[in-house]
Parts: sequence; structure tokens; C-alpha cells
Amino acid sequence: MIEFNNVTKYYKSNVGLDNVTVRINKGDFVFLVGPSGAGKSTFVKLILKEIDADKGTIRVRGEDVTKMTSRQVPLLRRNIGIVFQDFRLLPKKTVYENVAFAMEIIHQPRKAIRRNVPQVLSMMGISEYARKYPDELSAGEQQRVAIARAIVNRPKILIADEPTGNLDPDTAWEIMQLLNTINMRGTTILMVTHAKDIVDRMEKRVIAIENGRIVRDEFGMYGYMQALQNTEMTFDTVEVETRRLFKTRFRRGGQRR
Amino acid sequence: MSLFYTLKQAFIQFFRNLNTGIVSIFAITAMLLILSIFFIATININMAAETIKGDYDSIQVYLTDETTADDAQMMVADIKTVKGVEDARYQTKEEAMAEFKTRWGDNSYLLENLQENPLPNSVIIQIGDLEQADAIAKKAATYAGVEDIKYYKNTVDKLLKVTRFIQISAVVVMIFLIIISIIVVSNTIKLTVFNRADEISIMKYVGATNWFIRGPFLVEGIIIGLISAGISLAIAAAMYHKIIEVIGDQMMSMLSMRIVPEDFLIYNLTWIFLALGVSIGACGSIISMRKFLNA
Ligand SMILES: Nc1ncnc2c1ncn2[C@@H]1O[C@H](COP(=O)(O)OP(=O)(O)OP(=O)(O)O)[C@@H](O)[C@H]1O
Ligand SMILES: [Mg+2]
Repeated sequence: MIEFNNVTKYYKSNVGLDNVTVRINKGDFVFLVGPSGAGKSTFVKLILKEIDADKGTIRVRGEDVTKMTSRQVPLLRRNIGIVFQDFRLLPKKTVYENVAFAMEIIHQPRKAIRRNVPQVLSMMGISEYARKYPDELSAGEQQRVAIARAIVNRPKILIADEPTGNLDPDTAWEIMQLLNTINMRGTTILMVTHAKDIVDRMEKRVIAIENGRIVRDEFGMYGYMQALQNTEMTFDTVEVETRRLFKTRFRRGGQRR
Repeated sequence: MSLFYTLKQAFIQFFRNLNTGIVSIFAITAMLLILSIFFIATININMAAETIKGDYDSIQVYLTDETTADDAQMMVADIKTVKGVEDARYQTKEEAMAEFKTRWGDNSYLLENLQENPLPNSVIIQIGDLEQADAIAKKAATYAGVEDIKYYKNTVDKLLKVTRFIQISAVVVMIFLIIISIIVVSNTIKLTVFNRADEISIMKYVGATNWFIRGPFLVEGIIIGLISAGISLAIAAAMYHKIIEVIGDQMMSMLSMRIVPEDFLIYNLTWIFLALGVSIGACGSIISMRKFLNA
């Protein structure tokens, strides 16, 4: 679904990404973690072709993003939904209009808009807020609207850059359930986050980057060594844990077709 | 649906930013008015220059009243053989008067009070090669029965130089004014772009095409340009009407020069202003989009 091959991106002398090779498969749910300035947003921006790589190739759904012209970029983005930490809803539009907007601007027929928008609002559990304005909603509800907007065009990939950053833990967990549901329906999800507890609890693939390099790519925990320390694992538990990881990986591998 | 959206959005943006819009319309209207003054002056000077040039490439040889038509015809035949002469013809004083009247047009009634025709018979030499003009004039002076030779080379040369200078300065000033107008529009559009920055960023993420995003800004710029063009056209037309009313006759009788007719000028000004309005608006918005939409 998303493939980075030896991708390097520098901002003048600042390293954004340094020779990154990674592959995210169809239907994956992947966390992208790492300290501030590690290059996570750079990774996301490269997928969306907001910025161009200095070196390497990036493939999204088989198409080489690095070779795309600016005319093709809108079509690339129609296959990718995006959610931000700060929701980015339009304050003068109602919830319904905010979601419908995403369909209108890519010329979807009215009939489809009238059908799809209520559907995703109900899926996100915010049908009753359709006529409200964003500032009348709680943070969690606003993020649901933002997710609804991101998926209303049925993108194959959903990217979330710290979607739970502004939310309290309970609300954050609700949002994670929604993302999980979306993932179950076949959408590939890439989520940038600092939220250790969420990552640990979700037990998904975790790609960790630091200084523009991938330092770890495995299933399970936010930080593996930390996990070891925190749970005071014995050899037994390490063994169990390793097996579990291995299994998960194996199962994932099977899904790749 | 897309065109409808673009127009609708453009008007919404325009009215949301009405104050800035009106200010820039005022500014551009002022620019266009100054421009139209230069334009009116230039085409009138052009027309005068053309009239003068018409006289310039001909030499008028005035004949004494005693010279017969036959003598004149012989002179014509002879002078046609001179190097640099394109054509020569004999013109009676009656013909000269008739031509005068047509040139004066509506004001020819001024000539009606004349008791006798003051104009002489003449031979009019059409010069083909301007380099030879002096030689031809000298040669013409040698014929018998020549009273006077009217030939204004130096005066005309100077006049043409002056008009050329005026034309060039007018073009420079006009270009300058157009550039200023474009900057004014681009600043106005910049404001609307900033006002809609959030919306635009979402549109980009969702995959709206570049032209879909740019369209409303382009149209907004064109709206500003066209409104300015319309207002300045109306004012310029009224102004020119007044000018013709007040000094049109004097120009005619004092300089025997005709002012460019009103309907001709307004017709041309309409097209020029429409074209300028659209292109100033379009250029202005394209510039600000290049800068602030990077799309
Ligand atoms: N436009 C830019 N110009 C110059 N340097 C930049 C630019 N964008 C990012 N950087 C630098 O590139 C590096 C990676 O930035 P990036 O935004 O990818 O980090 P991040 O992992 O998203 O951090 P955070 O968790 O704070 O969002 C940082 O050192 C940052 O300073
Ligand atoms: Mg970031």
C-alpha cells in the first residue's frame, strides 16, 4: 500500500528522513512513533506529496509518488484520508456541511452526498449533531467529525497525525475504537502518536523513528525495552511475548496474499 | 456544477471582502481613468500626426492665377518624370475648396461666408522617396507660373519627433499604471486567500484540483477588474463627451484639426477597458496565487 525505498529528505542541513526503507501493507494498522523532530510528519508529508524526497522512491498503491506531476497529486490524495490533532473543521459550516464539503469539492453527485454523509455520521456516532457547529461540540466529538470527513470519500488509506493529542484518555480510547472499526473494514491506517498507553494497549505494528532513521519496526509495544522493564518480565513471559509477536507477524504475513 | 460553484464562491468571497474590494476598485478605476486620459490624448495626437504626415509627403505648388490649365498639365507631366516623384496632379481652386470642406466636416459652415475663393490653383506632388523631397521642391520652384511652394519638412519633422516622444511616454505611463493595478488586485486577492486559508488547506488534503481551488480567486480578480473597467468607461465616456462639447469646435476652427469622434473612441475604449479589466484581474490573482497558494 505504502512503500518507501531508500528515501532521504533533508531540510537544508536538518535531517527529515535518512535512507528510510519500509513497507506498509494493505489493511495494516501501523503506529509511527518517535521523539519530537524525529521525522514523523516528514514521513506523512512525503506520502501526501506535500514535500518532495531528495532521494529514493515512494510508492502509494503501486504508483510512484516521486514521479507524479502536480496535476496528479489531487488524485493521489483522493485515496488518502487525513486527520489532524487540531481537527481543522470549518467553523462556519455545520457538522453535516463539513463532511459533505469533502465530497463536494471532488465533484461527487448530490445523490451520493445525501447517501454517504449520514452514513458516516452514524458510523461515527454523531448523527444527532449534524446540524450543530463545531464550536458546539466537545473535542472528542469534533475529532469524530474530522474522521467522518476523512473517510466519507472511502479512501483506501487513512493517515492520522496525533489524532488523540488533544483528547483525554477515555475519549482518546473511543477514537481508537473508531479507527479500529475503520481498519476492520479494510482501510489501511497509519497513525502518528506520542501516546504510549494507546500504542501498548492496541497491540499493533509500531514503527519507531529517531533522527530520520527507523530504529525499530515490530508488533506490540511503544518501546520494547521499556515494556520489558515496566512489566518486570521473567524469561517465561519474554518467551510468551516473543511467541505472541511471532504469531502476529505470521498472521499478518498470511494476510498479504 | 463546477462552474456554478466557482462563480458562486467568487461572489461570496468578493462580498465577504467588500471593503478591500471596493478600495481596490477605486484604485484601479483611478488608474484606468488616468490611463484613458493618456489614451485619448495619444490617439488624438496620432490622428493629428497622420493628418500632418499626409501633408508632409506631398508638396503643394501654388500657381499664379495667370497660369493656364494647359501650362499646369504640362508641368504635371514633366514633374512626374523627376526621380522620387510618385504622382502629381493638377488641382483647381474649386477642387481645393471642396476638399477643404470635407476635411472640416460639420464645421464647414464656417467657410460659407467667404465671398470669393481665397485658395490658388495648384499642382500637388506626391513624394515617393522622402529622401528626394528637398530636390523635388527645388526643381518645382524652377517652373514658370509658380507663386509659392508649401512644403513643411522641418516643421513636420519636429512635430513628428514630439508626437513620437509623447506616444512613447504615454505607453510607459500606461504600462506603469497597469502594473500598479495588477499589484492592487493581487493584494486584494491575497487577503481572500488568507481568509480562506483553512478551507483551502482542507480542499488540498481532500484532493480538490488546483484549478478548482484557484477558480474562485481568478474570478474574484476578474470581477474587480470588470467593475473597475465599467465605472471608468462610464466616467471616461462622459468626460470625452464634455471635451468634445467644449473644445471640439475650437480645435476645428483654430487648428483645422479634427478631434477623434466620440462613438469611435467609446467603441474602442470599451474593448480596451474590458480586456484590461479582465487581464489586470486575472494577472493580479494569478500572481497572488503563485505566492500564497503555491498551486
Ligand atoms: N519546513 C522545514 N524546514 C526546516 N526544517 C524542518 C521543516 N520541517 C521539519 N523540519 C525539521 O525536520 C526534522 C523532522 O521534522 P518532523 O516535522 O518530521 O518531526 P516530527 O517527528 O513530526 O516531530 P513532532 O513530533 O514534533 O511533530 C526536525 O528536525 C525539524 O526541525
Ligand atoms: Mg509532527
